[in-house]
Amino acid sequence: MKTTEQLEAKLKRRSKAAKLEIWGRLVSLTALMLIVAVVVAIIGFVASKGIATFTSNHVSLWDFLSGKSWNPGVNGANGKPEVGALPMIVGSFLITILSAIVATPFAIGTAVFMNEISPNKGAKILQPVTELLVGIPSVVYGFIGLSVVVPTTRAIFGGSGFGILSGTCVLFVMILPTVTSMSADALRAVPRYYREASLALGATQWQTIYKVVLRAATPGLMTAVVFGMARAFGEALAVQMVIGNAALMPNSLVSPSSTLTSVLTTGIGNTVMGSLQNNALWSLALVLLFMSLVFNLIIRLIGRKGRLQ
Amino acid sequence: MFVNNDVKNAMAMEERHVIKLSDPDHPVILSTEDLHVYYGKKEALFEGDLEFASNQISALIGPSGSGKSTYLRSLNRMNDRIATVTGKIMYRGVDINQPSIDVYEMRRRVGMVFQRPNPFAKSIYDNIAFALRLRGVTGKHKLDEIVETSLKQAALWDQVKDDLNKSALALSGGQAQRLCIARAIAIKPDILLLDEPASALDPVSTGQLEDTLLSLKEHYTIIIVTHNMQQAARISEYTAFFNQGRVLEYDTTSHIFTNPSVQVTSDYVSGNFG
Repeated sequence: MKTTEQLEAKLKRRSKAAKLEIWGRLVSLTALMLIVAVVVAIIGFVASKGIATFTSNHVSLWDFLSGKSWNPGVNGANGKPEVGALPMIVGSFLITILSAIVATPFAIGTAVFMNEISPNKGAKILQPVTELLVGIPSVVYGFIGLSVVVPTTRAIFGGSGFGILSGTCVLFVMILPTVTSMSADALRAVPRYYREASLALGATQWQTIYKVVLRAATPGLMTAVVFGMARAFGEALAVQMVIGNAALMPNSLVSPSSTLTSVLTTGIGNTVMGSLQNNALWSLALVLLFMSLVFNLIIRLIGRKGRLQ
Repeated sequence: MFVNNDVKNAMAMEERHVIKLSDPDHPVILSTEDLHVYYGKKEALFEGDLEFASNQISALIGPSGSGKSTYLRSLNRMNDRIATVTGKIMYRGVDINQPSIDVYEMRRRVGMVFQRPNPFAKSIYDNIAFALRLRGVTGKHKLDEIVETSLKQAALWDQVKDDLNKSALALSGGQAQRLCIARAIAIKPDILLLDEPASALDPVSTGQLEDTLLSLKEHYTIIIVTHNMQQAARISEYTAFFNQGRVLEYDTTSHIFTNPSVQVTSDYVSGNFG
């Protein structure tokens, strides 16, 4: 009887391990709460500032999204401030989509080579090279863009050389490693037995890659591309250096234009907090934030769809 | 008495016992000569030369790591990128282990089914039509017909005929494995290699799979690697016993299981090791 009680007491006593457990949970919970708080604070701050354009400066949302002239300090012909963000929105989307279109075939091709055709060389040469590309600071990309891409564009197409085309070229190289390494991960996740099944049926290696591996990896590849687009959409410095920074509707790929980010980086230091000029920039930031949430949402949706298959 | 028997046994037992086939009804369709398989520097198979009779089931048995799967996978060159395979693999008089052989064309004749059921994430229909479409068979009527006969031969038709457009991933393990067999025979191979096809299946599915294999014997030559000795005894005509990279004994299945010539075989089939 005594021993039973002893045993019970012993089992019910909080052991050192149990205390450590609680402590561990507490630490990770705190970390989590902190991150959630930071994210909420950022969204709250950007939103409150960004909305001020519409609430305290009485700019209509529609004018902001569809107006074609951006000149926050000046009132237009209709007496309202000129805060049309459409040129920047168009510029951002155009440059994002174009660079994704150019980068995707290269990225998937490289990933296929790394993973399917020559895994040895892929692991020894291509993997480190891709990782190196990720590590290069964006100002270096921008500088190379400024001193190589812009003059080349100028020589071929005339004009100043600044514009969407130069931006696309720079962004293409910048998002390539992201898309490549994520595509390679997606291909690596395709089980080996899929390939074996296909080869054993007499399919050639190319047929296996094309009909089996790429098909099975499609959700992962799409995620990779959207990630690349999210990166392109948010990239500021390098784009700002080569796009020309003219808040005009891009009428060709080689005319100076601007993106949401480039206007933000050039403008934010030159405005006074609380002024319309400043608030309008915050509104652009809000659009950026909203778009990155949309990109995240798309990635999640693709991931879920991939799992359901 | 006791000692005498042991001595007699030991004398009767040879070190190796590999027969040559001479059945005119079932001529040799596939054989290997001086086959060696190396993984890097390690030699995984060195004395494994066998002959296989057409339209019969041959079983390869042996403990794990004995080289039987390595041997099987070498037969249709699935080991090409993993291992170095030297020696001759004679298929109907042609050495298919030459570099000049088109392995894709060869694998159409020597099909393979794997240990783990591995249907593609496609519909049942598309799984079977996969290899046909690669070979340019596109006519709907023709495809329908082959899908139906393949599924019937694999004894799966009655269970899935209304669900041909459903995902193959929804099938049970036994059904999925029979789908893989249907997929392999859709391109009408000569020889079907099976690498422990029932090891992931429950006993009922295993029984159905064995029935399927027995009925397929009429059209195909079947070579099966199995861990399950009863399975080898139930379905095969010939059995090869692999141990440590060598074939120690190859003979008719009844000989291997009732009166093996090699002591190690006897130990293995009576469950003393492995």
